[in-house]
Amino acid sequence: MARNKEKLVLLLDVGPSMHGVLSEVEKLCSMLVEKKLIFSKYDELGVVVFGTEESKNDLTTEVGGYQNITVLQDIKVVDGDLVDTLQKLPRGRVDGDFLDAIVVGMDMLIKKYKDLHKGKKRLCLITNAIHPIKDSFEGSKEDQVMTIAEQMAAQGMKIESIVVRGRLSRDANKGVMDENDHLLSIFSKKTHTRIVYVDTPTSLLGALKTRRVTPVTVFRGHLELSPHMKIKVWVYKKTQEEKFPTLKKYSEKAPASNKLATHQVKVSYEYKSVDGSSTSVIPPEQRIKGYRYGPQVVPISTAEWDAVKFKPEKGIKVLGFTDASKIKRHCYMKDVYLFIAEPGNTRATLAVSAIARAMKEMNAVAILRCVWRQGQQNVVVGVLTPNISQNYKIPDSFYFNVLPFAEDVREYQFPSFNSFPASWQPNDQQQKAADELVQMLDLAPSGKEALLPEFTPNPVLERFYRHLELKAKQPDAAVPPLDETLKNIVEPDPELVAENKSVFDALHRHFELRQNPKLKKSSRQWYQEKQSGSNAHVSSGQAVNSIENQPPVKIEKIGDLTPVQDFEAMMSQRDNPEWVEKAIKELREKILALLIHSDEGDKYQKAVECVAALRKGCILEQEPGPYNDLMHHIRQYCEEKGIKSLPQLLASRDLTLISNDVTAEEARSFFVKMEPKPDV
Amino acid sequence: MSPLINIQKINTIFANRVGIFCYMLWKSAALSAYDMFSYYLVFCLQREKKNLQDLNGVFVFNVAEREHLDRPTARLIKEFDCIEESFMREIGSQYGIVPGSRENSLYSALWVAQALLRKGSIKTADKRILLFTNEDDPFGSLQDAAKKDMTRTTLQRAKDAQDLGISIELLPLSRPDSEFNVSTFYADLIGLDGEDLAQFMPSASQKLEDMKDQLRKRMFTKRVVRRIEFQIANGLSIELNTYALIRPTVPGAITWLDSVTNHPLKTERSLICEDTGALIQEPPKLFQPYRNENVKFLPVEIAEIKRISPGKLRLLGFKPLSCLKDYYNLRPSTFVYPSDQEVVGSTCIFIALHRSMLKHNRFAVAYYGASYHPQLVALVAQDEITSAGAQMEPPGMHMIYLPYADDIRDDEEIFPDTEEDAPRADEDQIQKAAALIKRIYVKDFSAFQFANPALQRHYAVLQALALAEDDIPETIDETAPDEEGLTRPAVVRAAEAFKHSVYGDSYDEESDMGKEKMSEASRKRKAIAENAAKDYDWGNLADKGQLKNLTVGDLKVYLNAHNLTVSGKKEALISRILTHMGK
Repeated sequence: MARNKEKLVLLLDVGPSMHGVLSEVEKLCSMLVEKKLIFSKYDELGVVVFGTEESKNDLTTEVGGYQNITVLQDIKVVDGDLVDTLQKLPRGRVDGDFLDAIVVGMDMLIKKYKDLHKGKKRLCLITNAIHPIKDSFEGSKEDQVMTIAEQMAAQGMKIESIVVRGRLSRDANKGVMDENDHLLSIFSKKTHTRIVYVDTPTSLLGALKTRRVTPVTVFRGHLELSPHMKIKVWVYKKTQEEKFPTLKKYSEKAPASNKLATHQVKVSYEYKSVDGSSTSVIPPEQRIKGYRYGPQVVPISTAEWDAVKFKPEKGIKVLGFTDASKIKRHCYMKDVYLFIAEPGNTRATLAVSAIARAMKEMNAVAILRCVWRQGQQNVVVGVLTPNISQNYKIPDSFYFNVLPFAEDVREYQFPSFNSFPASWQPNDQQQKAADELVQMLDLAPSGKEALLPEFTPNPVLERFYRHLELKAKQPDAAVPPLDETLKNIVEPDPELVAENKSVFDALHRHFELRQNPKLKKSSRQWYQEKQSGSNAHVSSGQAVNSIENQPPVKIEKIGDLTPVQDFEAMMSQRDNPEWVEKAIKELREKILALLIHSDEGDKYQKAVECVAALRKGCILEQEPGPYNDLMHHIRQYCEEKGIKSLPQLLASRDLTLISNDVTAEEARSFFVKMEPKPDV
Repeated sequence: MSPLINIQKINTIFANRVGIFCYMLWKSAALSAYDMFSYYLVFCLQREKKNLQDLNGVFVFNVAEREHLDRPTARLIKEFDCIEESFMREIGSQYGIVPGSRENSLYSALWVAQALLRKGSIKTADKRILLFTNEDDPFGSLQDAAKKDMTRTTLQRAKDAQDLGISIELLPLSRPDSEFNVSTFYADLIGLDGEDLAQFMPSASQKLEDMKDQLRKRMFTKRVVRRIEFQIANGLSIELNTYALIRPTVPGAITWLDSVTNHPLKTERSLICEDTGALIQEPPKLFQPYRNENVKFLPVEIAEIKRISPGKLRLLGFKPLSCLKDYYNLRPSTFVYPSDQEVVGSTCIFIALHRSMLKHNRFAVAYYGASYHPQLVALVAQDEITSAGAQMEPPGMHMIYLPYADDIRDDEEIFPDTEEDAPRADEDQIQKAAALIKRIYVKDFSAFQFANPALQRHYAVLQALALAEDDIPETIDETAPDEEGLTRPAVVRAAEAFKHSVYGDSYDEESDMGKEKMSEASRKRKAIAENAAKDYDWGNLADKGQLKNLTVGDLKVYLNAHNLTVSGKKEALISRILTHMGK
């Protein structure tokens, strides 16, 4: 939307003290432009660097002063060259003056747009603000900043400052830093400002919102506390996932000579009747939606549904307040909404503030029933939690999370941890080791929270845009490895791990893990092999694949090696009932062969396994006959040869006759009868 | 799932009770549209016999055009609905097992049930026999030897069935005159002993009640979504299973039908090249327009970009629970529970971490490298919560998907009053608000106590249409606010007091503050529109039929000026204008 074109000037500190993080700044800014190139192609951007030796800006030529500030790029519509410019930022030799840079940036915006485009002009300052700014000719520094800020407000400009601190700027003068911080905070009094302090390269990458989204309300209307008390609110989205870009499908059909080819692919859906004879395409108006009811499909036309379906009235109503502990955190279902009082409505703001603060004091939450739009076909029930604003410029608000309905909850039962055997329970030392880990591997030591979601960039998207940029220059570029600065998001911080080496050592000492020996080849190993296979060579990947998704190999014959498995496989081949008969017959032969070829009973064990499988199979197939026949045969055989160990084995495995055709007594006493009980 | 109805001693009341239960069970199963569930009904000890094996005393209830083991059809449900009337006439019952006869109908019923289950699809993963009975000693009338024999064979039968993976559940229904004594016979049948036996009876009656409660819900079998490796440290990885405990339930899938024949349609998807119109067979490359050209990607490359520590959950560290803000949420959470199946010792570490996290009020931050959607997650330990013997919250951890910087918006910061500070409520207003909150406080709220009214309505309509019932039953919208409660004098007083304290005396909340604050741009647009509306001689144009010569934009100007709807095609707009003019 051309109307929403943003005009942005980047003010980048490239002084010597910034050199350490300049590569991150380059990445951040080029990412910003890359996204603009895709999502907001008509935005305009200028780049100013300060801290350079030379000076090149309008103000220095017109009025003098403003040294060490270079306009790297005048304001223009974003293009690919800008990415290249931002990827090669000059390294300055002088400590820059951020206030001068702000003035230069403002001057550029004013000259180009006069006082038009209010609210769409933005300055973005990235600096460490550890060097003092020059004293002004008249008045104090505060007055100077105040004047600039007022001018900014008058022009409808916004300023966003990213101040790099902490580990990234160690030996700095505390007094100067405090002064600079104070000066920057003056801006927030006068104009729309966002100041962000970052202390790791990772959070620097996440500090700037690289994609601008125009806020859209989900709902504007009354929040009904009771029929007598309503508050005017606007509802926005608080979180909304930035999805991986949906790429279009590319068609290579068009001849290369065709310069106008769009290479687009259209996906078409055709609905055809299933009756084999006719392959006619059914036109949309002849289609009707069917819903399953058991095995039937019930056709219901849209008009029918419209007449009877659930149609709630638009509105947001409070169902009641309850204790915050009643709502478990894991019940939150979706992305989060933000409720603010109608902007500019002081009384509504007061009402929201009063309710929010009362809720906070009482540790209460509100349960809401929301219908955002008229004509919406469902209701949303959720929980409203207070958000007490720390910034006195920003009014109090609420967050809203959707809660599940009764149908959405699956009540699976899990064994209680106490019910596990003692060997699975951690002993005191193990518990102590775990306690140490939980306390020492701390990501939020004394207020300096690492990996704060607000400042954590999405590594996958970061990687995609970098690859996109690489591919634009070199179409066959390989996927780049994950950026070093982003490693902290996907792997534990090596520094933190090194600091807590003793904790990890204790963990290794007290807990023992081993692969379950009973599993020959786990699915995990399959998976890993598949992964590594596909990594190395496509061919080997395919080879592994073919083994893994083996199409059930037809077992045509019961082999000697694994008769039981072969038998089971054969029985489960359901394409032809003959398989069952064949399987039973073959296994029977196999068992008899095992008995005959057995030398001093060494194959009896295997035979018994087969008998057990056969018994199970016969019960499954409701065919006790063959099994019982075999048993009679075996008994006879044993009696003839005087074999005692085999019947004992069979009896010990409870492999009696299947007792449907024969009486139970006969079944039970089958082997017992045959021979006297061995002396125990 | 397949309930075997074993009715030992028939009277109408008993048949009715079981009948109603099954009827409800079937109804909900039909809605669940879940292929795994199959139902049928076997009566045993009946006068009439009807079964494939031709065994005496067993009656398999079914209707025409239905496989024995299949999901319940509308017809089955309808006919079963009338079973009460037809029971004595068509099926009938006999009393107990007659001495001297070799018939063992319980045994036969188990055999028939097992055979039916066997006939069902091999996919029928969860095979269950539900045994309803009010006779605690089925062979009580027999003499010693025969009784012993029958007991043994029946137990062996049951054991065989259990060995085949069919579970047997007993649902005893007490008779009014005597308690159901489970230890007489059935304890052995279902394999109860010791402590379980003592707890069986109370929990069994509870089970019946519980099952009734669950009826309106679509049933899901507990299954592992994914097995993942949780890497706590280098060389220390444990095994976890993930489960989806909370997922939005949607009405069942739509099948497109031919409205003439009511036959299902087959959907064919084809890719067509827009330049040449040729059909594309092979999976196409993907592209992203960038820098005035198309940057092409292979699907493999996209997968490679997303592949970051695949299949693993890597522990990054711990934070206090207060760091987990309410707005760090994107999707429903996933439940994780340890498993010792592949890596022995996993459960032990998990329990130790779980306890520490609960003790120190901390959650773990980890990176979950799911191949389709890798994400940063928070692992929040949840202690087991039981209430009256039932597990309310299982022990384990909930994986909450965290947003990234670009997923979080700062919309609350877009409207600061740059001149003044934002208004804050004073102590009195907060007190009044607290008083109001106390008045509408719900003590026992459960996060999922409401049924989804849209879904309930959907099911009710579908059921009524499928069973050809005349009227659609009314569904209750449980989410409607308690209007009556909110108009109680005490609540109204508290609301009025709060209203007065924040709004003052003269505040009309209906007055449109929004209109006054209308942005400059839209006010300008409106002014232009009003002027334009005067510019044309609308009446004249309409008379001459020249309205169609105007642009849609011009027509909309008129509609806007007269507060009419502006949607629709040009003809619709013109006819709307004419109607408005009264022509």
